[in-house]
Amino acid sequence: MEYSFSGRIWKLPDDVDTDTIIPGRYGVLPTAKEMSKHCLEPLRPELASTARPGDIFVAGKNFGCGSSREFAPECIKALGVNCIIAKSFARIFYRNGINNGMFLIECDDVYDECKEGDTLTVEVNKCIRVNGKEIAIKEMPENLFEIIKNGGLVEHYSKMNRQEG
Amino acid sequence: MGYTIAEKILMRNTGLDHVEPGQIVMTKPDCCMIHDIYTDFVVKKIDDMGFKKLAIPEKAVIFLDHLCPTNQASGDPVHYHRGFELSNRFGIERIHAGEGISHTLMHEYRYALPGTVAIATDSHTPTYGGGGCFCTGVGYTEMAATLGSGEMWMKVPEAIKITVEGTLQKNVSAKDVILTVLRDLRSDGGTYKSMEFMGDTFENMEMSGRFTIANMSLEAGCKTALFAADEKTAEYFDMPLSEIEWVRADEDAVYAQELYYKAEDIVPQLSCPQGVDNVHSIDEVKGTKINEVYIGSCTNGSLDDMRVAAEILEGKHVAPYLKLVVIPASIGIYKQAMKLGYIDTFVKAGASVSHPCCGLCCGQPYGLMSDGEAVLGTNNRNFIGRMGTVRSLIYLSSPATAAASAIAGVITDPRA
Repeated sequence: MEYSFSGRIWKLPDDVDTDTIIPGRYGVLPTAKEMSKHCLEPLRPELASTARPGDIFVAGKNFGCGSSREFAPECIKALGVNCIIAKSFARIFYRNGINNGMFLIECDDVYDECKEGDTLTVEVNKCIRVNGKEIAIKEMPENLFEIIKNGGLVEHYSKMNRQEG
Repeated sequence: MGYTIAEKILMRNTGLDHVEPGQIVMTKPDCCMIHDIYTDFVVKKIDDMGFKKLAIPEKAVIFLDHLCPTNQASGDPVHYHRGFELSNRFGIERIHAGEGISHTLMHEYRYALPGTVAIATDSHTPTYGGGGCFCTGVGYTEMAATLGSGEMWMKVPEAIKITVEGTLQKNVSAKDVILTVLRDLRSDGGTYKSMEFMGDTFENMEMSGRFTIANMSLEAGCKTALFAADEKTAEYFDMPLSEIEWVRADEDAVYAQELYYKAEDIVPQLSCPQGVDNVHSIDEVKGTKINEVYIGSCTNGSLDDMRVAAEILEGKHVAPYLKLVVIPASIGIYKQAMKLGYIDTFVKAGASVSHPCCGLCCGQPYGLMSDGEAVLGTNNRNFIGRMGTVRSLIYLSSPATAAASAIAGVITDPRA
């Protein structure tokens, strides 16, 4: 399962909570796409309008802490950001993110090796390459990798069940 | 380097010969429990994902306990009907309605077994870890995906080793032990971790006490809470010890954190309004007036808990202004408590004894509290408004403290 992708880095601090990712007052908007226009607004007001599909977030510890709102990872994904590399993730955000088909990678060593705007490459199950450094990452089981590639649990199983007819 | 109990069970389940914290593994859960409140959502998600049949209907079990019998005619019955729809459409033969609380029945029915992996749609799922079962709560989307595929990914948790050695004082019990641990770990101290309990205090503890501790470890945010399988476990589950004695941590297992307590130093503890980790010892809160006492729940509704309460209430009567509600956690416990005379003791002491269910613990009848009223419960949560209005006050304690306090009408030390 060789798979790699590259993207431009946005750097985010420690303890980015889900209220910062999508303030509660925008939770009533009808779609994740519309919510995503306000993604991370309190922290980085310019981010939502200038992020490009394929960009990657590199964050500190405990990313996604706070309220368990499932639309926090959904609205980051709606921006086209499908990979977050953090020193650690809050538990519920982590499960929600992966089950929504995002690459969430826990790694201590990337943060200090890069700055915002740098380009980073992820070789899934192998390493992260940035600024000439190669940083090893943990393996994930092949079937989970398939779920992520297919866009998450619901999409993965709908697709599989449609194929089986 | 050795392994924790959690790591050993995940290795057995996945067939991997090594795992380490942070690694993601694909498990095949041995038991998947769905309770009412989520039956409706699970059916919807199974349909959204397009599953026509489930991969593992024989591993599924449905309990109707939160809303059974129903409380609100407007919304509750749908969960009941969708529970039976889930059972009928997908061939889930194990369904129990109104037999008591799911978490108690999961080990009473021997569904959640030592050394296996179980998931359930409720947060208090770590309960069965008292019997050495790796068990954790999941959302309804993941439940639907797991029932449909037979698999669920998990991150291998770090572990916290909690050792207690020595003999607990009279009328100090498992609940006081876990409240002491919660006081120190706080409500997020166990997040994503496996809390593993060892030491001779637990070796001498009945299974009911181990289930109490595993149940309430969830309030520290843990993924699972585990006890080694021993002779008591083997006897409870009617399994040969040789089959399950591997369910114990290696001597050289690696822990993220270690806590140590002497059993003799542990005194009655109470969670005070409002936060489970707002724990105070009995000396700080005794004398506080309470309006109601609730003895029951998946934390402390066992036959042993009924016995402790009955021994204290025997021949006594509750304070004139105080309401006492007692709910045995299952029909089996209810029947035993009748046979042993405990129910008779409760009724003579002035208690209302209700049918086995989650009851007041999840804000269902009977006994909801009003502004300014205080309830002392043996359950697991005192979040604002959980057992009545937002201005009602909730204290949590052991059954012994609850029974002694019911007689006095104020929070009372059961050792006295």
